[in-house]
Amino acid sequence: MTVNIDVGTVLRGTVCDLYSNLVTRPTGAAVRTAIEEQVLELGASVVTTIDFSQVNLLDFSCADEIVAKLLLRYASDDGLPGFLTFRGIHEGHIDPIETVLERHALALVSWHEGAAELFGHVDDDERSHWEAVRDHGPIWAEALAPILAVSEAFAAQQLDRLRVRRLIMRRDDGFTVPGTVARAS
Amino acid sequence: MTSVISVPPSLDEHSFEQVFEQLALVPEGDKILVDARHARWASPYGLTALLCVAQSRADRMGFAVPEHADTVSYWSRTGFFRHAAELYDMHGTVPRARDAHESDVLLEITPITKSDDVHGVVGRIQQKAADILHGQLNLDTAITGAFGMTLSEACQNIVEHAGLGGWVAVQTYKYARRLGRRVVVIAVCDAGVGFRKSLESSPGHRRSDRWDDAMALEDAVLRAVSRFRHGDKGRGQGLAGIRRFVGRWDGKLSVRSGAARIAITPDWDEDVPMTEGLPFFPGAQMQVTIPERLGEAPVRARSAGASRARPRGTL
Repeated sequence: MTVNIDVGTVLRGTVCDLYSNLVTRPTGAAVRTAIEEQVLELGASVVTTIDFSQVNLLDFSCADEIVAKLLLRYASDDGLPGFLTFRGIHEGHIDPIETVLERHALALVSWHEGAAELFGHVDDDERSHWEAVRDHGPIWAEALAPILAVSEAFAAQQLDRLRVRRLIMRRDDGFTVPGTVARAS
Repeated sequence: MTSVISVPPSLDEHSFEQVFEQLALVPEGDKILVDARHARWASPYGLTALLCVAQSRADRMGFAVPEHADTVSYWSRTGFFRHAAELYDMHGTVPRARDAHESDVLLEITPITKSDDVHGVVGRIQQKAADILHGQLNLDTAITGAFGMTLSEACQNIVEHAGLGGWVAVQTYKYARRLGRRVVVIAVCDAGVGFRKSLESSPGHRRSDRWDDAMALEDAVLRAVSRFRHGDKGRGQGLAGIRRFVGRWDGKLSVRSGAARIAITPDWDEDVPMTEGLPFFPGAQMQVTIPERLGEAPVRARSAGASRARPRGTL
């Protein structure tokens, strides 16, 4: 199950219905708190997608409060359940988002027009394995290893790193990027 | 006896030091008249810093308005007199307040005391910024969002750190003497606690023998240290982001606080990176200057909301 949360709607419903820009740290904190409450209420969702389509301006403070701190909540041991993805990230959002991701050593999965992209702090092995899962998944380590010309054990290790970081999810038919719709056979 | 502070004819971030120097010599409690009668021009920094001067002392000061009609008219359009009248005892003829509608006044002088004010200035600037930055300064449309971000982060520093309200103004003008090009300038000034005291309030602060205003500016501007960093490593990114913004657009950043001033300078400017031993003035005074782009106008980028190209595989 995937749940879409529109950040622009949350902003106007939580902070002020006249605001269209995600600026200032108190605004970011209020929006994040509202999103966390929605996620906890929805409980059963597997993938929660945070939609920035209606957000014009995003500053560093809001990127830190919303993007980084939400990801940190998912990453913590007693964190939020499921997986977090993003969509509607446009050119103007990228600098503040990448900045806060690097600062916290975080990464995220962003969706745009049916394509998934990885932003943030990942090493070359993590990126190559993630992209291979995206392009060939659902897939297990034994099928992935020859594609990347690595050992099966190494591929399994990298997939586990990505799973722990919640950048990929394990399904019955193999690892896949969160938000991927099951393919028809 | 009243001490007279003479405002120089041209008032910018450098010449304003003459005002600070004179002010520092006046004992607390003495009467002060800020004499701007001979002023002919002031940058956004000059106008916002003049308002901070009034806030820097407990006793209300007098202010002699410029004599030249054009100067009075322009300062009026920036909103200066409207705010000055609340802070100073005004001497001279002040025109009735009018809306700032001139094209070079991108954002008239606006008080910043709370987060809502930041939303206000960012919202208002976006209505004009794209046309002026792209149309007048020949800058790529991608600058508009980054410009709003920079404005937001600079103003948030007042709310989070100054402990006293401050002022912001944004204007474009021909920067003839140094550059011979048009520039857009953001000035954000306050007379609050300043960088040194703000950083000293952090639980993680360790004072060293070298600790002073200059080191506090280096920590905040160059090393992204924030008083909130203790336990929250996400803090301190605002100034780092502003620094990247000026670097990307060949701009200049200068920040004065206490008795020091730091400058991130492009090739077209000869400012020194750090100036110490300045006359003490409370708070922080920041200026961001982005110059007009020379050459052909860039191809208009896709508007905000358009996505970046994502060539990798589609699911």
